[in-house]
Amino acid sequence: MNGEAEYALKKTDFRSWFMGKLLMGMSWPEYMRSLVTPFNVVAGAVLAVGLPVIAVRFLFGLESVTHASYEYPWGLLLGWGLFGGVPLSATGFVMATMYYIFGFKAYKPLVRLGVLTGFMGYLFAVLYLLVDLGRPWRIYYPMVVQFGTASVLFLVAWHVATYLTVQFLEFSTTILEWLRARRVRLWAVRITIAMTIAGIILSTLHQSALGAMFLLAPGKLHPLWYSSYIPQLFLISSVYAALAMVIAVSTLVARYLRGATDETYRGNLDRLTLGLGKGAVAAMYVYFAMKLVAVAHADLWGALLTPYGYWYLLEILGFVLAPALVLTYGVKAASALAVRFGAFWAVMGILVNRLNVSIVAFNWNLPHHIEHIVPPWTEVAIVGALLTLHILIFRWIVNRMPVVREEPEYKEAH
Amino acid sequence: MKKDKGKGRSRGLSRRAFLGSMALAGGTAVLGHPKKAGGSENFTGYPGSYGMLTDLSLCVGCRSCEKACNEANDLPEPETPFTDSSVFDEERRTTPGVYTVVNRYETPGGKVVYRKIQCNHCMEPACASACPIHAYTKTPEGPVHYNEDLCFGCRYCMIACPFYVPTYDYESALEPKVEKCIMCLGRIRDGLKPACAAACPMGAVTFGRRDDLLKLARQRILRSPDTYVDHIYGEKEAGGLNWLYLSPVPFEQVGFPKDVPMQPPISYAKGFLAAVPSVFVIWPAFFGMLYAAVRHRENHETEKEGAGSEEVRK
Ligand code: SF4
Ligand code: SF4
Ligand code: SF4
Repeated sequence: MNGEAEYALKKTDFRSWFMGKLLMGMSWPEYMRSLVTPFNVVAGAVLAVGLPVIAVRFLFGLESVTHASYEYPWGLLLGWGLFGGVPLSATGFVMATMYYIFGFKAYKPLVRLGVLTGFMGYLFAVLYLLVDLGRPWRIYYPMVVQFGTASVLFLVAWHVATYLTVQFLEFSTTILEWLRARRVRLWAVRITIAMTIAGIILSTLHQSALGAMFLLAPGKLHPLWYSSYIPQLFLISSVYAALAMVIAVSTLVARYLRGATDETYRGNLDRLTLGLGKGAVAAMYVYFAMKLVAVAHADLWGALLTPYGYWYLLEILGFVLAPALVLTYGVKAASALAVRFGAFWAVMGILVNRLNVSIVAFNWNLPHHIEHIVPPWTEVAIVGALLTLHILIFRWIVNRMPVVREEPEYKEAH
Repeated sequence: MKKDKGKGRSRGLSRRAFLGSMALAGGTAVLGHPKKAGGSENFTGYPGSYGMLTDLSLCVGCRSCEKACNEANDLPEPETPFTDSSVFDEERRTTPGVYTVVNRYETPGGKVVYRKIQCNHCMEPACASACPIHAYTKTPEGPVHYNEDLCFGCRYCMIACPFYVPTYDYESALEPKVEKCIMCLGRIRDGLKPACAAACPMGAVTFGRRDDLLKLARQRILRSPDTYVDHIYGEKEAGGLNWLYLSPVPFEQVGFPKDVPMQPPISYAKGFLAAVPSVFVIWPAFFGMLYAAVRHRENHETEKEGAGSEEVRK
């Protein structure tokens, strides 16, 4: 393999196209060598453990790898992958709404990143679900075979499926630019607004529907988390989850995938981070207030002075109010660093809340509840493997496609 | 942005027109849903449906019902024979392959009380309202029927059931399914009693029309007020069950789940479900208008600033 000879064949040659698009302009040996990094070694190890565990699950059933029981049909796979993953993937809908509908044009450098993060998040939520479903090959049943229209999960299934498609279409302009498919791309740009509005409807509904799923289990979910406001709480927290997630992801991209970014992205990032932080903090205070209203509404002040009450207080003080204060400070002092710190914290808080609702506070009054909170290592290994794949694919796309940089050809074309 | 201004305007219009029609289509598609939904408005059970009445004061823990259920439903051989009373040493629950179990409780008052557990065949079952594929049906006869050919194994029914009834064979990789008591639907349709009711030597399990069973239960309480606590479990619980219970001791003492609401669980989600269709109509209209307003403002600004719509760049 002689590099100069390769380039001599020029653009029409498939091999140079392949190297340009997929190997980022390197030759195979160069590319392979570039893959040996500490991160990739760790990722490889996680996959080497987790992928066989996934195989075990499909060969020997859920029993072999999860704690799933008759009392606790759902565990970490859904608690993390679906209930935690979906609010953090509201990035697509929140960024597209800000940019296309509210006309905050300044956020352009982050719109595609938000859409990609959202699309990937939903895609992986579905993958977690596929691992957890008893008969995953029937996943399309609620769409095709029979409709359980009274089921909130039916809504979630439909919305996640259609919204996944919507987000794919939203992101398709980026893919088409990467492939230099000019004409198709123009067509894709035209449907963006329609897709954005469809995305708003679908997102607002299924973000709240994920919470509404638990409305069906009064008496099973601890009263502090079971609230008639749970759909609204899930929705509003998904808004700040999205803003915080965009801050977090854009920070990681700027740090670890610097080569994929352009001047516009790097130059604007701090300023945009402050703006996003401002939005997030507003939503967080609203959410915090609603959490208190929910406690007051059901008159649960007494319940706060129980072990579960302390845990609840830790959640709302330590993982909502505290990061909100950090963000407030960051915005006031115009410190992007503080805003980033607060954003990572807020993202953690979302995970804490969703895991609390779906696992920690669910069936809280059954004996041996504590044992069920702790997942077996195999379930953790599956989550680790899927998370690693998520990051690897995300990185693969960001490195190649114009997500956090602009293709010179399309500069003015948005 | 400036160069396609003219085009942008007409394009914006056609987009809005497209959105409008989409909203209409989406709205009507969904507006149709709640009415024919499985958890329909204020469903209070099928009139004349059958039910069962378990009288805990009569049960002696002979486990004949367990045995009859096992045979009638072709369930796998039990680990310990049905005559072995050592099973009472621990509290058991139903499993796939075991649709009903009898447990023994020693109450604080020193009484020994046996209790048979199985699906309660709720009048407005949470399992059925949870299932996104409608794999569960409340039959007019009373039993809640589950169709394994539809189930994709999400197990939301198990999350929703306030009585922790549905079980799932997690060991199966290829054909896992939910299993629970079916109230011997086939036997009822053949004009027979459910197997457990037919087998009980003490008459502790009575089969009949739910309305008649309620009367019977009330009579028993009236006739021997010292024997029973004054409550028919299942008359109101979870919106009403087709399987009713009488007990000589408070129901909490014999393992009936606490915190079961008196309304059908689906009633808590009805408000949410009812709000869904309007979102399909209001959101597109609202955001369509907003988008139009923003576009208008932008065009306006562009005109004022001349060529200066470079806010994106700098
Ligand atoms: S007891 Fe549970 S499984 Fe049985 S009908 Fe009621 S909700 Fe469904
Ligand atoms: S596990 Fe099966 S029966 Fe139960 S809700 Fe899911 S699809 Fe329906
Ligand atoms: S009604 Fe039939 S299926 Fe249900 S417990 Fe009795 S014998 Fe078993």
